[in-house]
Amino acid sequence: MFAYIVRRLALMLVTLIGISIIIFVLLRVVPGNIVDILFDAAGFVDPTDKANLEKELGLNLPIYQQYLNWIGGLLHGDLGYSYVSEKPALQEILPRIPITARLAALALLFSASIGIPLGVLSAVHQGSKLDYTLRVVSLSGLSLPSFWLGLLILMASVSLFGTMPIYNPNPKTWTEAFAIYAVPAMAVGFRSAALTMRITRSSMLEILRQDYIRTARAKGASETSVNYRHALKNAILPVITVIGIEAAFLIGGLIVTETVFNIPGVARFLVEALRWRDYPIVQNLVMLIAVVVVVANFTVDMLYAAIDPRIRYGD
Amino acid sequence: MRSVHALAAAALLLLPAYDVASAGEPKQGGILRMYHRDSPGSASIHEGATYSINVPFMPIFNNLVMFKQDVAQNSVDSIVPDLAESWAWSSDNKKLTFKLRQGVKWHDGKPFTSADVKCTFDMLMGKSQQKFRQNPRKSWYDQVNEVTVNGDYEASFELKRPQPALLSLLASGYTPVYPCHVSPADMRTKPTGTGPFKFVEFKANESIKLTKNSDYWKKGLPHLDGIEFTIIPNRSTAILGFVSGKFDMTFPTEVSIPLLKEVKAQAPNAVCVVEPINVSTNIIVNSSSPPFDNLDIRRALALALDRKAFIQIMFEGQADIGGTMLPAPGGLWAMPKEMLESIPGYGPDINANREEARKLMQKAGYGPDKRLAVKVATRNIPIYRDPAVILIDQMKNIYIDGELDVVDTAQWFPKVARKDYSLGLNLTGNAVDDPDQSFYENYSCGSERNYTNYCNKEIEKLFDQQSAETDKEKRKKLVWEIDKKLQEDVARPIIFHGRTGTCWNPYVKGITVMVNSSYNGYRYEDVWMDK
Repeated sequence: MFAYIVRRLALMLVTLIGISIIIFVLLRVVPGNIVDILFDAAGFVDPTDKANLEKELGLNLPIYQQYLNWIGGLLHGDLGYSYVSEKPALQEILPRIPITARLAALALLFSASIGIPLGVLSAVHQGSKLDYTLRVVSLSGLSLPSFWLGLLILMASVSLFGTMPIYNPNPKTWTEAFAIYAVPAMAVGFRSAALTMRITRSSMLEILRQDYIRTARAKGASETSVNYRHALKNAILPVITVIGIEAAFLIGGLIVTETVFNIPGVARFLVEALRWRDYPIVQNLVMLIAVVVVVANFTVDMLYAAIDPRIRYGD
Repeated sequence: MRSVHALAAAALLLLPAYDVASAGEPKQGGILRMYHRDSPGSASIHEGATYSINVPFMPIFNNLVMFKQDVAQNSVDSIVPDLAESWAWSSDNKKLTFKLRQGVKWHDGKPFTSADVKCTFDMLMGKSQQKFRQNPRKSWYDQVNEVTVNGDYEASFELKRPQPALLSLLASGYTPVYPCHVSPADMRTKPTGTGPFKFVEFKANESIKLTKNSDYWKKGLPHLDGIEFTIIPNRSTAILGFVSGKFDMTFPTEVSIPLLKEVKAQAPNAVCVVEPINVSTNIIVNSSSPPFDNLDIRRALALALDRKAFIQIMFEGQADIGGTMLPAPGGLWAMPKEMLESIPGYGPDINANREEARKLMQKAGYGPDKRLAVKVATRNIPIYRDPAVILIDQMKNIYIDGELDVVDTAQWFPKVARKDYSLGLNLTGNAVDDPDQSFYENYSCGSERNYTNYCNKEIEKLFDQQSAETDKEKRKKLVWEIDKKLQEDVARPIIFHGRTGTCWNPYVKGITVMVNSSYNGYRYEDVWMDK
């Protein structure tokens, strides 16, 4: 097990180095840098001023040199300066992480706490009206884009309550504080709740047909015990895999949701930084996301072993 | 009778877009909450080329002179003293001297003097040690030889030749006076001014906060305790925020006509005005390479335009047809209607125009069996893309098959600056309703923003002639002549001049939306809230 963990950690490191190179090169392959954007948008380009700014930002250096400077800084905890705000990148990124983390955690919590029980219910009552209703709900969850759902929620909120749950850094009441995260989390988590529900349902249906379930029933175990202690425990592995993958994909949904609900989180900031070709912000943010994804995958793999005693990672 | 009508029209123009006088005695206090359409790249007005910077940061500063904030139409007659108590032209009109106000302090407590004026304009002219990271309006001061000072409270602009427009340029929201003792880098992140509001914070993509300058040199102003901008790039969310009462006011001149109907439906009490913004939607034609190096094809293109159709589809009829200069009544320099309609393509008979256009195309070798295929490049945002689609549809009538080529915003200006296009649809904004700004910037040979490569030495002479002309009426006639010639040469065919809306809650008083520029009316020192 120890050797496996060490191997996985080494692989994670190689993956992150690979990602850092890909991010770095791709960013520079995209036409135009911040100097082009600033100068060409403003007109009256003075080539000397432009060259001076490129030099000031280090954009005149060979690409490998720029990469080494970035990685060297990163290893020393120096993420560089934002080209746009001219503040340290760390100072720009750090306050946004808890906002997005809170939103992502709530979305995943919503996804699991709604998706798993409803998936179980749907499987246990297969073919019933409840099952069909839940399947329709899950299908719509997969079909509705989160930006559309978000806007719909905002419009309904304005129309029904005369207010709307967009971000406010200083909420006046705890309900407002809860709403500004919970409502967008629901909008973004709805899709993954639907997916979780469908996976739970199909996994449960497969398990419920196994011999040992019949044996449990024959031994007189209650339906609750059969469904939750015997079936769900064995059906949960694919669900965990899906939630792990969803955690990685969540950032895509968050970009849209943070924009619609005007949440100043990491995802929206990333898009804005990309628009300005603010390399230090984009590089570091994408690396951060890559780390989250790689760690999430690793955690899911570790969870397999914790949940299913049949799984043992050999040395 | 005609003169009575003209007087009435003039009186209307001098009235603010919203009547301040009827609002009663101003009340003190309150924070004006507004949404901002995007996160400005910096807080430095001099380094920006978008009014996204002027709106939140103009209240921090003063100019030497400014356009009177409660007069909707910017003109030389509406220029009032600001940091300058008075100004005077020399007898040869080559020296403009300002007597400066005494006792004015920067927000950090240091005194304002003529050295600050010299510093600011030396930096704008690229003559100082300290440099702006970018200096988009350097050419505004091409005719200024030098800025000199006489003691602490007098500054003069010495010109190479008379340029009456200079005063208007100095009155623009784009021309604040910066402090000598604060570096350009600091001005980008935490600006210091002498204006009615002090900078508190600018959180990129989140908010901008200003607070009242209690030590403001204009006693009794500002009325508000502060202004807070919440940055909301998503237009639907922003409008919903206004409708739900989270904001007192929309971002100025940002509400499109279709959205305005929604606002009025959901917030019937909101005060909304629709005004021209002095931004023209135009066609950029690369006349240095085939097929548009052929004047006949360019003329055919201009003749094919049905401008009213554009306006009807995009603005439900609420936009204006004109030449380079903003049409009347908002614009000061527009050609008379009869003169405009005499230009090919501006006549009311669209079918006749297009018949003529088809003949020109046939002369150039094209016809129903040999259509001209072109790419129509434009920026990938609706205000560019939508008219480009209509343009493609209209060009089909004259044997031109257009294909939409949408370009990422970041790449749009670099692409047109490289002249890497054949035909494009562009928007051109004017900060000051003055021909000097428009002509030199967009049509002068070698200008960076002359995207079409149009170069006519004869016209250049006329540019200089009108620029130096001190007689307003004579200058106007010259401007009309130039504008007509530019349209006839198909230098950059103007399709229409757009209008947009601004809304605020009825308790917000003292807002005036300018009718011939969307860059100059954001000092907000007179704004107050009746609640």
